[in-house]
Amino acid sequence: MSDVTTDEPGGLAEGHAPKEPLPLASFDDPHLQPLAKQPARAEGVVGILLLLGLLGFAAYGAVYWVGGQPQVEGISLGVGLFCFGFGLSAWGKYLLPQGPFMEKRHKLASSDDERAAMAAAIVERGGMMVKRRSFLGGILGIGGAVMGVVLAFPLLRSLGPVPAKTFDVTNWHKGSRLVDNLGRPVHVADLEVGGSLTVFPEGYTSEEAMAVDQTILIRVAGPDVDVVTEPSRATWGPDGYLAFSKVCTHAGCPVGLFQHQTLQLLCPCHQSLFNVGQGRPATNVFGPAPRPLPQLPLYVDESGFLRSQAGYDQPIGPGFWERTTT
Amino acid sequence: MSTSSSSSSSSSSSTTTGSLSRRRSTPVDSGLGWLDDRLGVAKGGRIFMDKIFPDHWSFLLGEIALYSFVVLLATGVFLTLYFVPSAAQTVYHGVYKPLDGVKMSEAYASSVNISFAVRSGLVIRQMHHWAADVFIGSIAVHMCRIFFTGAFRKPRELNWIVGVSLLFLAIVNGFLGYSLPDDLISGTGIRIAYSILLSIPLVGSYLATLVFGGVFPGDGSIIPRFFILHVLILPAIIAGLIGAHLFMLVRQKHTQFPGHGRTEDNVVGSPMFPTFMAKTTGFLFMVTGVLWALGGLAQINPIWQFGPYVPYKISYAVQPDWYMGWLDGAMRIMPSWEFAGFGHTIPFMVFLPGVLFPGLTSILFIFWPFIEQKLTGDRAEHHLLDRPRDRPRRTAVGAAFLAFYFMLFCASSTDVLANFFQVSLNVVLWTFRFVVFIVPIIVGLFTYRICLDMTGVSHVGKRKRAVLIVRSATGEYTTVDTEARPGDGHHELEPMLVPGFIEGLDGDGAEGGEPGVRRVVRRP
Ligand code: HEM
Ligand code: FES
Repeated sequence: MSDVTTDEPGGLAEGHAPKEPLPLASFDDPHLQPLAKQPARAEGVVGILLLLGLLGFAAYGAVYWVGGQPQVEGISLGVGLFCFGFGLSAWGKYLLPQGPFMEKRHKLASSDDERAAMAAAIVERGGMMVKRRSFLGGILGIGGAVMGVVLAFPLLRSLGPVPAKTFDVTNWHKGSRLVDNLGRPVHVADLEVGGSLTVFPEGYTSEEAMAVDQTILIRVAGPDVDVVTEPSRATWGPDGYLAFSKVCTHAGCPVGLFQHQTLQLLCPCHQSLFNVGQGRPATNVFGPAPRPLPQLPLYVDESGFLRSQAGYDQPIGPGFWERTTT
Repeated sequence: MSTSSSSSSSSSSSTTTGSLSRRRSTPVDSGLGWLDDRLGVAKGGRIFMDKIFPDHWSFLLGEIALYSFVVLLATGVFLTLYFVPSAAQTVYHGVYKPLDGVKMSEAYASSVNISFAVRSGLVIRQMHHWAADVFIGSIAVHMCRIFFTGAFRKPRELNWIVGVSLLFLAIVNGFLGYSLPDDLISGTGIRIAYSILLSIPLVGSYLATLVFGGVFPGDGSIIPRFFILHVLILPAIIAGLIGAHLFMLVRQKHTQFPGHGRTEDNVVGSPMFPTFMAKTTGFLFMVTGVLWALGGLAQINPIWQFGPYVPYKISYAVQPDWYMGWLDGAMRIMPSWEFAGFGHTIPFMVFLPGVLFPGLTSILFIFWPFIEQKLTGDRAEHHLLDRPRDRPRRTAVGAAFLAFYFMLFCASSTDVLANFFQVSLNVVLWTFRFVVFIVPIIVGLFTYRICLDMTGVSHVGKRKRAVLIVRSATGEYTTVDTEARPGDGHHELEPMLVPGFIEGLDGDGAEGGEPGVRRVVRRP
């Protein structure tokens, strides 16, 4: 049907591009006609699209020039680029030869001989290099391995400190005064019942310290009520105050929300819920957090400021391999 | 351009040499001759220009991915001119008044500046983000096309592996990118990433402190480190892999759907030059245009509303970009399992969904072609594509997998869903723990059934001809095709080899005419 006049190639079997004469077509071959039934109209449409593109470009230039405005910039250049591209695509689809054209597939694999030749080159020629030179080969191998290891030193080891004891330690100590994020000490009269505040040990204001030390102070009862979350923590919650590490035991997000009607702390990252209050030591009751939040033992000093009786009794935050306390 | 008319050879000989001798020399001939003498480009170049691209729409998906990557490179370079990759603290006094006087990192301040103080900066920043979403989305959809049509079968297994690697690298680079502005939401994402590193047994705490330069948030090196990974190292690897992807594509040639004149031994479609070139260049502009319009019109990641990252602050509805949603969902619905004993802790509730699960996912994806070969025993070369319904088992497995990841993605909005449907979080969580496994099974079985039903009917999907449904005397129904009516469908021509020489184009042909002027020939 087509005017292609070539010998049928035998290329497939040989695994080479066939040595066939280049195909030739006559100008009025139906394959070379455009797809559009009315090429003149298609040409008009393409022309309009390209012009719209041009207009869009110009409009963007003008908008930019007079000071820019994101929405107008978006519309002008966006529509411009789209129309310009649409015109070009339509040109390709409707005005260029419709085909269909084809190409032949040629076998990808080489002949058996060529494969054998390459394998031989690797195995035998390569073998010549190490044959009876196993000593040199050994040094080369060991040398390469050692090189790899020592190169990893600067690539890996220089990156940072190894985790000594750093995971277990916060800056909370016996007597640390509780301060808010601006360093103001927290007085026992500061929070209403149902209130909450993020607190830090006095004197540690760097971002790094705050990330580890962040503690959520909540007030669940009025003055003179010792909140006992656990029998062994009888004195930890003076005057209705409780303090827990704010670092979620799941993946470390700040446990930001205190819901005082239900007496729960909520972590917004994956919705872990912790029960707090009388007999409720921040027990993880819902969500993926595996452990209660560690509790900070508090006391009220003689001037009425809140202080910690001691640091946390366990590593805060998410679990890791070296963590021993359960 | 009219050169001196060469002596016209009278006979319309149809051999190459005949046409050759009749060709008049043009400036292109001499320029090409110069280059060809030195590099020998003519033969290979011509073969490349003749490369055939199938005309099916589904082949555009990969192009969308390619062109959004081009847009990412261009917009990304623009962003680097203004972005300051530093965690150093500064106090903002820029044009965006609501943040005036707020302490923040240089990274955050410069991102806010790009948005408000650099002309067209907001459009380009948002365009970069949109392009990332479109890039990853189109890779995923492109991969579905490859999967459901069996285009990954021999000899294309390697290209499938490259493609899967591109998907995962793109996701990683997207995560690194949206971490750069150091706003409250992305900072929370980094915090979770740190905990995921930390969860790895044995080496976790070493990895985490080395990568972050100390215990979280580290010594401020995470932003510059993410930056160099994001703008140089991963883009270079991605660009290299895209190169390998396209090289293999050219070497192995395209697959094609079965159809008129299409066999295992040929490829039918449009030639690279000029048809495909025009279409695809146009398409590049179209993709760019859409992304640019999105960048200008559709707000994305309004970091100035989130505020700078502060380690003890958190915003509500924390959700990562959509392509991380499946991981976030897995983190949410994972039970709170933690192993503690023998002096060690293994936080399975983070390690399983955060490390093991994506690891297994990528391994499964990478090895899928070989798994399928093992299951079906089909190790033959395939260049003709499957219609999904003709491979019910593969299609069902694929649909089930899509359903699985989609359900995980939905699980990353448990809080939003609970609010929306006014049910407790507890109900939503437990529903998802089951639904994530049940829905894929149902979807898989259902897909399998539909595929089987569709294989029984001829011409499904092509509504070109009426089909008669006939009820036999015994009550059995059968379908009978009606005769094709004139104008039904369009009869395709026999595919032809791309002609190297076109007779008559320059007026030498039998019909004569003005040299260099293309005559419009009526279609027969
Ligand atoms: C695979 C390719 C890439 C992906 C998926 C990607 C993704 C992203 C995303 C999602 C963002 C956050 C944008 C936002 O603030 O909303 C981002 C930011 C950024 N990207 Fe890329 N990107 C890619 C390649 C590049 C390249 C090649 C460069 C530079 C040569 C680059 C430079 C930047 C810069 C400087 C930022 C921070 C600017 C800012 O957000 O204020 N990116 N990237
Ligand atoms: S980090 Fe708190 S629930 Fe995941």
